[in-house]
Amino acid sequence: MSEKAREYLSTDSDWTFELLEVYDREIARIAKLYKLDTYPNQIEIISAEQMMDAYSSVGMPIGYNHWSYGKQFLATQKGYKRGQMGLAYEIVINSDPCIAYLMEENTMPMQALVIAHACYGHNSFFKGNYLFRTWTDASSIIDYLLFAKNYVRHCEERYGQEEVEQVLDACHALQNYGVDRYRRPKPISAAEEKTRQKERENILQQQVNDLWRTLPASLKAEKNNKKRKFPSEPQENILYFLEKNAPLLAPWQREIIRIVRKISQYFYPQRQTQVMNEGWATFWHYTLLNHLYDEGKVTDGFMMEFLTSHTNVVLQPGFDSPYFSGINPYALGFNMFQDIKRICENPTDEDREWFPDIAGSDWLETLHFAMNNFKDESFIQQFLSPKMMRDFHLFSIYDDDEKNKYLIEAIHDERGYRTLREMLARQYDLSVREPNIQIWSVDLEGDRSLTLRHTMQNGTPLSTDTHEVLKHLHFLWGFDIHLETYKDERMVKRQSCPSVAIEE
Amino acid sequence: MSYIIDRRLNGKNKSMVNRERFLRRYRQHIKEAVSESINRRSITDMERGEQISIPTRNTHEPSISHGSGGKQHRVFPGNKEFHAGDQLDKPQQGGGGSGSGKASNQGEGEDEFSFYITRDEFLNYLFDDLALPNMIKKTLSQSKEFKTRRASFVSEGTPNNLSVVRSLRNAHARRIGMSVGKRKKLKELQAELAEHLAKNADDTAEVLALKEQITELERRLKTIPFLDDLDLRYRSQVKVPTPSSKAVMFCIMDVSGSMTQDIKDIAKRFYILLYLFLQKNYEHIELVFIRHHTSAREVSEEDFFYSRETGGTIVSSALKLMQQIVEERYQNTDWNIYAAQASDGDNWDDDSPLCAKILGDSLLSMVQYFAYIEITPNQHQALWEAYTGLSRQFASRFAMAQIRNPGDIYPVFRELFAKDRYQEAV
Repeated sequence: MSEKAREYLSTDSDWTFELLEVYDREIARIAKLYKLDTYPNQIEIISAEQMMDAYSSVGMPIGYNHWSYGKQFLATQKGYKRGQMGLAYEIVINSDPCIAYLMEENTMPMQALVIAHACYGHNSFFKGNYLFRTWTDASSIIDYLLFAKNYVRHCEERYGQEEVEQVLDACHALQNYGVDRYRRPKPISAAEEKTRQKERENILQQQVNDLWRTLPASLKAEKNNKKRKFPSEPQENILYFLEKNAPLLAPWQREIIRIVRKISQYFYPQRQTQVMNEGWATFWHYTLLNHLYDEGKVTDGFMMEFLTSHTNVVLQPGFDSPYFSGINPYALGFNMFQDIKRICENPTDEDREWFPDIAGSDWLETLHFAMNNFKDESFIQQFLSPKMMRDFHLFSIYDDDEKNKYLIEAIHDERGYRTLREMLARQYDLSVREPNIQIWSVDLEGDRSLTLRHTMQNGTPLSTDTHEVLKHLHFLWGFDIHLETYKDERMVKRQSCPSVAIEE
Repeated sequence: MSYIIDRRLNGKNKSMVNRERFLRRYRQHIKEAVSESINRRSITDMERGEQISIPTRNTHEPSISHGSGGKQHRVFPGNKEFHAGDQLDKPQQGGGGSGSGKASNQGEGEDEFSFYITRDEFLNYLFDDLALPNMIKKTLSQSKEFKTRRASFVSEGTPNNLSVVRSLRNAHARRIGMSVGKRKKLKELQAELAEHLAKNADDTAEVLALKEQITELERRLKTIPFLDDLDLRYRSQVKVPTPSSKAVMFCIMDVSGSMTQDIKDIAKRFYILLYLFLQKNYEHIELVFIRHHTSAREVSEEDFFYSRETGGTIVSSALKLMQQIVEERYQNTDWNIYAAQASDGDNWDDDSPLCAKILGDSLLSMVQYFAYIEITPNQHQALWEAYTGLSRQFASRFAMAQIRNPGDIYPVFRELFAKDRYQEAV
């Protein structure tokens, strides 16, 4: 490149608002070349203290008040003050416009990295991935959170902080079971929520009343129908079921369940696309900034600093390293996207055999296709190549609690590739990661007890917390709770709340 | 399209409400931790926050997840020497594979959740333990107070502090100073001109030149400003710590065999409270620790609270020692002397009247305040009887109380605070 073409955007490591704008414009221009479709960006500069605040509210800019966020904050504050932990360079929120927080302590190269990573990487993922498109509505989330915060505060004023806290505690314990896995939820809208919330209160209460009607006439009718099974189908969304059917809850308590459920639903796609989302964002900050360098717009020093932090981000320590803490989603995701690009551009014979559809195709289109249509589990199942498994030296162990030795069932060789890929993909499957528990039946005519069924997977029992969660469930439902664990169609364990009777 | 917004000026304490809620929820745990830390701290060491640890199981938020066991497959990176089909020994203690994501997510490694509270929060929990009324809490936990006082004049300040008289006086002096030479010259020229005019030489060149010089001088005199920035003087305010005097606090405690560690811990809280109160009122405080059984000795704080001795009790020995130390080191004109005596009420029967005599005859006239606390659930003994007489005689500077638990300590202080001369402090 000739000397003339080298026009650096900046040579200093300090950032200014003007420079941020310049870099953002440049990165946006390049992102367009790569067909990254994004929501508008809202880049907010914040201080370290504010970053700690953002951390402790699960990254949400507004949230209702709850002690658990205070706990999170204290832990973050302590870690940060002692220097045990650095803060993230950025937090990005799936909203429209897409809000990204940048820390003021960052240097100019770091700010550029963060802009490329969050404002163009994550942002385009939020807008393009099918899970986010189906399950979240970026345009309304901020309004909804504001509605939720105000509603919770209103309830606290009216019914007391402790009353509200008790309901929230119970809902938080069950929040992973407040998600519709298969049905697309209606988009949430704050305006609608407010106007229809009153109306909903009345209707909900009426429905609940119908269910629990004790007038003789309906009792007779039920007897004629023999035993009415309720619910007619098992329910996986426990919070939804409670919101609609719990007999003793006040309308405001139902609304709070709904709020926790909606927010949990909002985070559901993020829990399923961690590898892809981080990998995608990392791939693009790497690609975009390298492009900027190739155009001669940034200095060598800039690139050195950028590459140092990039390398740290995508570091994958081995299982026996003291720094090992599971598979690094940044490393796995970034390398998989790089690998797909490689397969498209320079396929080997092995790639042609494993990926006949994409080997030699247009890499950009293939990458966008992968980003749009997959989640972690299916993405790994579809795109993890033998080369990746070799590079990562992956191996799979089989742990049977009845045997006293682990079995290495597959390693990165010809015989192991398929098993390994299958096993890794399963590791990211939420339905495998979380126990399968469904609402099974309600004893309508008897003691109104609620029975849940846990279907065991691979003989894995529930964690010891479960009884605590049942207590919360009992609080919301108001009558006895039974949790039956089934293994191969046979009940192996039954836990109840309040009575701690365990029958084998 | 991007918008860049500077949010740094927005509030940064968004999490304070949540933090507060967490502290409220775990109030009991934190109080226990504070109580424990008081036993570790010195009396004078109340100026910092504390790290509080709560067992994780208490702050844990339950959720349903897989436990350990069953048949599980796990994929790891970084294979070096394994081959398919290899068997590996499981680590002892069933948990197995603790390196997997699941275990680390739950943070099982740490069984304590710890965090920091500030000095104010620390004192608050301490006061809570002592059942202090809010007003007193506030007075004690405030940092050093300052009074602003006028002190001289300075050349920089805000308009509201402008001293008009001073400024004009300065201006006057400056005008005189700057014009003195010119006026002298002017006078000379005028005299010369008058001379020329007397000679009737109206329009000679010399006269014209003189006139020109005179006008020039007069113009220059006029340009000397009436008031210049240099002249301005402002009243200056300095912050003076208030009040600023010296106090010495005597801590006297019985360390005979009957004093258990619990009793000493209650006594320690009493001393802390007295210290905090004195700190509020005095610039400089010294502490003297006197412990006694049958004989008294001046010791370090560590020895005072935590070394054990046995034997009988002669209280007067400590009072005598205190008297001696006061005479040697603390001339009572310079020093405000406070004393706090803690005991379980035991004393050598014949010694009690002697104690009352020492106090009544000499000590009480030297001290600002003498507090006696008897930490016992039992019947009063001879010492209490002897002191009761004193408290009637010297109501203004002698207080005594029986304490069963830390909550009883405060009433003793109420008497102290109720005194006229400390009204302003409350």
